[in-house]
Amino acid sequence: MNKKAIHFLSALSLLISGGADAAYELNLKSPVTEIAGQIYDLHMLIVYICLGIFVVVFGIMFYSLYKHRKSVGHQAAQFHEHHTLEIIWTIIPAVILLAIAFPATKTIFAMKDTSAADMSVKVTGYQWKWEYDYLDKNVKFISNLSTSQDQIDNKEEKGENYLLEVDNPMVVPVGKKVRVILTASDVIHAWWVPEFGVKQDAIPGFIKETWFKADKEGTYRGQCAELCGKAHGFMPIVVEVVSEEKYNTWLVAKAEEAAAGAAGADKEWTKEDLLAKGKTVYEKNCAVCHQANGAGLPPAFPAITGSKIALGAIFGPDGKYMPDSHIDRLLNGKGVMPAWKALLNDVEIASVITYTRQALGNAATVDPIVQPAQIKAAR
Amino acid sequence: MSTTTAAHHDDHAHGHPTGLMRWVKSTNHKDIGTMYLWFSFTMFMFAGALAMGIRAELFQPGLQFVQPEVFNQLTTLHGLIMIFGAIMPAFVGFANWQIPLMIGAPDMAFPRLNNQSFWLLIPAAILLVASFFVPGGAAAGGWTMYPPLSVQGGMSVDMTIFAIHILGISSIVGSINIITTILNMRAPGMTLMKMPMFVWTWLITAYLLIAAMPVLAGAVTMLITDRHFGTHFFNAAGGGDPVLFQHVFWFFGHPEVYIMILPAFGILSTIIPTFARKPLFGYASMVYATAAIAVLSFVVWAHHMFTTGMPVAGQLFFMYSTMLISVPTGVKVFNWLATMWRGSMTFETPMLFSIAVVFLFTIGGFSGLVCAILPVDIQLQDTYYVVAHFHYVLFSGAAMSIMGGVYYWLPKWTGHMYDETLGKWHFWTTTIAFNVTFFPMHFTGLAGMPRRIPDYSQQFAEFNMISSLGAFALGISQLLFLYVVIKCIKGGKKATNQVWEGAHGLEWTVASPAPFHTFETPPQVK
Repeated sequence: MNKKAIHFLSALSLLISGGADAAYELNLKSPVTEIAGQIYDLHMLIVYICLGIFVVVFGIMFYSLYKHRKSVGHQAAQFHEHHTLEIIWTIIPAVILLAIAFPATKTIFAMKDTSAADMSVKVTGYQWKWEYDYLDKNVKFISNLSTSQDQIDNKEEKGENYLLEVDNPMVVPVGKKVRVILTASDVIHAWWVPEFGVKQDAIPGFIKETWFKADKEGTYRGQCAELCGKAHGFMPIVVEVVSEEKYNTWLVAKAEEAAAGAAGADKEWTKEDLLAKGKTVYEKNCAVCHQANGAGLPPAFPAITGSKIALGAIFGPDGKYMPDSHIDRLLNGKGVMPAWKALLNDVEIASVITYTRQALGNAATVDPIVQPAQIKAAR
Repeated sequence: MSTTTAAHHDDHAHGHPTGLMRWVKSTNHKDIGTMYLWFSFTMFMFAGALAMGIRAELFQPGLQFVQPEVFNQLTTLHGLIMIFGAIMPAFVGFANWQIPLMIGAPDMAFPRLNNQSFWLLIPAAILLVASFFVPGGAAAGGWTMYPPLSVQGGMSVDMTIFAIHILGISSIVGSINIITTILNMRAPGMTLMKMPMFVWTWLITAYLLIAAMPVLAGAVTMLITDRHFGTHFFNAAGGGDPVLFQHVFWFFGHPEVYIMILPAFGILSTIIPTFARKPLFGYASMVYATAAIAVLSFVVWAHHMFTTGMPVAGQLFFMYSTMLISVPTGVKVFNWLATMWRGSMTFETPMLFSIAVVFLFTIGGFSGLVCAILPVDIQLQDTYYVVAHFHYVLFSGAAMSIMGGVYYWLPKWTGHMYDETLGKWHFWTTTIAFNVTFFPMHFTGLAGMPRRIPDYSQQFAEFNMISSLGAFALGISQLLFLYVVIKCIKGGKKATNQVWEGAHGLEWTVASPAPFHTFETPPQVK
C-alpha cells in the first residue's frame, strides 16, 4: 500500500474512531510560559461555557424539532412574545460575558508588562527570514529555513521538523524574562511561538515589544503569522531554551563566529574560493526569488542570468562603485530587493557578487570578481 | 426565471425590449433581481473553483500543483470574489425581487439606477478575473490588501482597487435605491413595525453599506496613491503608518461582516415562521437586536488587529465591545428557537437550510466569542481557527441562508415547485461536506497552523487531507444546486400563489410566477 493510501485510510479511520491518534492534535500546544498557561486555561473556560450553552440551547431545539412536528400532529401555538423570557435571555449572556472578561483582563495586563526584563533581543522580519540581534551582547545573526527545496518539492523524504527548522535558532536561557523588540524591514510579519503564548506583528518603521519567560528547557517552533508574500509559509521561528551555562557558552561561540567572518574581509580571496562561498550564500539567500538557476520570476523577481547589473561595470573612473551597479544593488537594495549590507558580511557579499557574475550562465568581463576588501571599503 | 408571461405585458402601453435587450436595458426589479442572482452564482462557482485549487494544494504537505505565489493569488481572489461577487450581489438579488413584493410596491424607487448598479458589477468582475492574466498574476496580498505588501504587487493590484471602486459605487447606489424604496413606497397601512423582517434587515444593511463602502474606497484610494503618486500614507519611511490602513480597512471590514449576515438573518426570520406555522417570536426585539448589531459593528473593528500591539486601553475597549455583540446575536438565535417552539414544523429544503444555519452559525458565534477574548486571540489570530470561524459565519451563515432563500422563493420566481428530493440531497451533501471541510480547521488552528500558507508541517497532514476531501465534495454538491434550479425553471409541479402552507405576506398574494408587473394598484395592509 502506498503512502497516500495509508494517509487516506488513516483520515477515514479518524472520522470513525473520533481521533485517539496522537497525530491529531486537537488543542493549543502545551504551554511553557505562565502567560501561555493562562491563555490555555482561559480558552478551556470559554470552551466549557460554550459547550454548556450549546447543549442547553440545541437540546431545546432538537427536542422541539422532534416533538413539535406537523407529521406527529402537533398543532401550532400562536404566541409571539414573552417579555420576561426576552429580558432573561438578554441578561444571562451578559453576566456570563462578565465572568469571562474578568480573568481575560488580568491576563492582558500581564501580557503587556514588558518591564524588568532580564535581557532584550531585537527581532527583525525580512522577506523571508528573521534576524536576531542580542542587544549589548554583540551577537547578531540571520535565521533561515533549513528544510531543503527537494523536501518541499517532494523529491526527498520529509524530515521530522519539515518547514519548522532553521539554520540559526534563537537561543535563550531558561527562567529569564526575555523582552522581544520587534520590527520589520520590508512588509509586516508576525513573530509567533505558540508554546510561549506570544504573537506580535513586526511592522516596518515601528518598534513593538512583547515578552516571554520560558519555564522549561526545550526547542520550540513557530511560524510567521502575517501574510508577507511568496515565502510567507517558509520563514519559521525556532527558539531553543537552554540552561544559563549553555546559553553563555553559545553567546561566546556566536561572537567568535562573527569575528572570524569579519576577519575574512582583510585577506585576498581566490576566484575559486569566492565562487564556492558565493554558491552557498546564493542558495541560502537569493534563490528563493531569483531561483536556483538565476532565471528569476519576472516581472516580480528579475533574472540574474544575462542581467545588465550582473554583467555591467561596477566601479566608475574614481574607483568608487556607481549608482545602480551590482554592489549598489546588493548593499542598498531597491524595491523588493533588500539592502543586504545589514544582513550579510563583506565576504558573503563579495562572494555572492562574484558568483552571480561568473556563474548561472553569466561571464562578466568588466569587473569580473569582487574582493571582500572592496565591499568593506564601499560600506 | 425567464418565463414571465409574454402575453401579460402586451396589454401595456409601454412594451419592453425582448431578447438580450430585455436584460441590458431592464428597469424591472424582477429581471434585475434575476440577473443579480445569476451573476452571484457564476462568481460563486468561479471563486469556489479557486478554493478547489487551494484545497488541492493543501491536500498533502509539499508543493504539488501551484507555486506559493500562485497560491497567494488563489486565496486573495477567492476571498475578494466570494465577498464582493457572490455573497453581496446575491443579497441584492433577493432585495430586488422581494422588497417591492413584500412591501406592495410596483418596482424599486429608481429603476434606471437599479439597472446601472447591476451592470456596474460586470466590468468589476472582468477586472478581477482578468487580473489573473496580467504580468505577475493576480493580487496576492490577501483580500485585506495590507500595505506594504500590497504596494509591492503588480498591476493586478491596481485592477483590484479599480474593481473595488466600481463595486463600491454599485453598492452605494443600490443601497440608496433600497432605502428610498422602503421608506417611500410601502403599501398603505404598512407601518415600519409591520414590515417583514427581511425588509427590516435590508433597510439596516443598506445604511451599513452607505456608511462603510466609502471608507473602503478611501483606504484603497490612499493605497493607489501610495503605489503610484508618491504619497506615504502607509509608508513609515515617509512619515506614514502601515497600521493606519488596517484601522481604516477594518472600519469598513467589520460592518461588512454584518452586511453579509443581516440579510441572512432576514431570510431565516422569514423561512422559520413559515415552516413552524407560527408567527416570528419577538419581532420588535428582533428589529432592535438588528439595529444594535449594526451600531456595535462600527466600534469593534480593531479586534481584527489584536496582534498589532495596541495600547492596553485600546485592547480592552475592543475586547469588551466585541463580546457585547454576542448579546443581540444571542437574542436572535433565542428568538428563532422560540419561533420553532410549539410550532407545527415541516422540513422542506428551505427549512432544513434554516435550521442548519441556526445551528452552524451559532458554532461560528461561539468560535467568534473565543476569538474575541484577546489573550486567546493572540494564539488564534491568522491561524486556521480563524478560517474555520469565518467560514462558519459566512458559508453556513450567509451562503446557506442564500441557498435556503433560493429554494423558498424559487416557486414564486419560476411558477414551478423545485424537486424536493434533489433539494434535500443538495442540503445534506452541502451540510455534511461543509462540516467535514471546516470543522477540522478548528483543530489545525489551535495546534498552530497559520493561514495563507501553501505548505505545512507534517503534524497537520491528516486534518488537511480531511478538509480537502470535504471541500471537493462541497464543490461538487453545488453543481447539484445548479441542476435543481435549472430543472425548476424548465418545469415542475405548478406552484400555487401561496406556495407554502404557512407563508404569509404580500408576495404570496400575487400569482406564481410573479407577473412582470405587480402591485400597480397598491394593496391595503390591515
